[in-house]
Amino acid sequence: MNAWSIAPIGLALAWGIMGLIFWQRIRLLRWLGVLGSTSFVALSIALLTMVQKEKFLILQVGAWRAPFGITIAIDLLGALMVTMTSVLAWFIALYSLTEIDESQVRYGFYPLFFLLLMGVFGAFTTGDLFNLYVWFEVMLMASFVLMALGGYRAQLEGATKYVLLNLIGSTFFLIAAGLTYSLTGTLNMADLAVQIREIDNPSLPLVLSALFLIAFGIKAAIFPLFFWLPASYHTPPVAVTALFSGLLTKVGVYAMVRVFTLIFPFNGTILQPILLVLAGFTMVTGVLGAAAQWDLRRLLSFHIISQIGYLIMGLGLFTPLALAGTIFFTLHVVIAKAALFLVSGMIQRLTGTFNLKSLGNLAQTQPGMALLFAFPALSLAGLPPFSGFFAKLILVRAGLEAQQGAIVAVSLVVSLLTLFSMSKIWQEAFWKPARREGKGILPVHMWGAVGGIVVVGVLLGLFANPIMTLSLQAAEQLLQPSMYIQMVLGGQP
Amino acid sequence: MNVLLAITAGVLFGGGLFMMLRRSLVRVLIGLLMISNAVNLIIFTAGRLVPARPPLISAGESALQPPYADPVPQALILTAIVISFGVTAFAIVLMQQTYRSLGNADMNEMRSTDTPVEDEEEAAS
Repeated sequence: MNAWSIAPIGLALAWGIMGLIFWQRIRLLRWLGVLGSTSFVALSIALLTMVQKEKFLILQVGAWRAPFGITIAIDLLGALMVTMTSVLAWFIALYSLTEIDESQVRYGFYPLFFLLLMGVFGAFTTGDLFNLYVWFEVMLMASFVLMALGGYRAQLEGATKYVLLNLIGSTFFLIAAGLTYSLTGTLNMADLAVQIREIDNPSLPLVLSALFLIAFGIKAAIFPLFFWLPASYHTPPVAVTALFSGLLTKVGVYAMVRVFTLIFPFNGTILQPILLVLAGFTMVTGVLGAAAQWDLRRLLSFHIISQIGYLIMGLGLFTPLALAGTIFFTLHVVIAKAALFLVSGMIQRLTGTFNLKSLGNLAQTQPGMALLFAFPALSLAGLPPFSGFFAKLILVRAGLEAQQGAIVAVSLVVSLLTLFSMSKIWQEAFWKPARREGKGILPVHMWGAVGGIVVVGVLLGLFANPIMTLSLQAAEQLLQPSMYIQMVLGGQP
Repeated sequence: MNVLLAITAGVLFGGGLFMMLRRSLVRVLIGLLMISNAVNLIIFTAGRLVPARPPLISAGESALQPPYADPVPQALILTAIVISFGVTAFAIVLMQQTYRSLGNADMNEMRSTDTPVEDEEEAAS
């Protein structure tokens, strides 16, 4: 019994309520955002050290014994994800100080920001399937409003598409959760893991896992289900896009990893080759979609999809090394992607456009910005010594060990195309003569936020070894669920 | 009763899907509502239908005696109904705003998110 495991949810809720209390105090709210995210970072680091010592932080809510009540359980994967979320949120809060304009703050940006984080923390820490659905809805509800905040026409249209397709995803999740209950009579993930393994007919769990694959696939934007993402992600303010790119799709991937390792281990079933094929198509369609774009933010949005493919590839290979690769890749891509989006926001601030055709010459007028773009861009393309290189190296090695040459080849080609895509941005925005010169000075905390997140990304590459060790431990925990099951079901008085 | 509910859920799903494929925003919303109700019906049916037997443990026993209807799925549905109520309320407001800014409710007209930027730029210049 460890009450700390519910702390991230509680803290986010408390800050959300604070945001509601100071609803109209614009300046105060802005600093509440930074202060609140600082507290998340501190808490998540504390949780991470605790989890390393005790392996699992488990709370049975209301002291109901395990299969009956709701369990909140943080393992190493959950703690890593919470830490990543908090770090990202801190930089976004700093960047939002001026990026989010006054009317958007007035319409509740900060309370929604905290409630979104509450949903994300909840999804990362819960040990109950239906509770996971509820946290998904909390997160989606906050993201719906954030997406539409500001009320520009493109935003409303983007939000409509986003809301409709995500609601269909939720419907699938609900059917899957309901049918899982009727099959097993439990919703507790640990108990489910036990019950599912006792079912004689292997096709029933397979059907359920296919339902879960569709539900989480819509959230994670994998290959045939990603169309909501490029239709909506470029419409809200860039701070919101950066936050979404780091959190929403990754929660979908996290849910997949959790459900498909703990409850429905799919290795050896038909689902494994399907996942690998989907991963390959996700990578390829994402990167090809990006190649056709001239709007900086839409280009980067397509790259989100392409990177999701790598995460699914690690899950599809289903070896400890591959899963560790997925975890490390998640940490890497969240930071790199958010950094790129924030830089694109700076470019737009300076020049008034996201259009690559009218941008130019930024390497000369803004050398600092060029540097801030180059690091995460090279990292995303997977060049050493950045974190992307190590993340891809691990996945490729795991793929070769599992003798899945095709997916490895696809991933390498896509990596090359990513480099091409990044050099296109470089060529267009930074080198060629400008059609529209940028002017003005950007606020110092904007530089601080982007500089900081780039530094975090570089550190992730330089200290790849300890982080990889953590990821490997987390992957081991995932692939040996017996300990998790025992801790949740019988580990406490 | 089971068969009847299964058919109802199927019809709701089919009708909902049909509505969601229409171009009018309002029809899409109605389709979404139908599908979410169909899901609730499925979960309700999956929890077994036993009329006139409250899930109470009678004196001297330690567990429910079958046949009984499982109360947990019904609680899940309650949660799901509340969530879908909130989400639908938001979706209605969002669609009304979209309708206002767009001038009509045709999904095919919602192209602001897909217009290539160069067109915008050229139109502006």
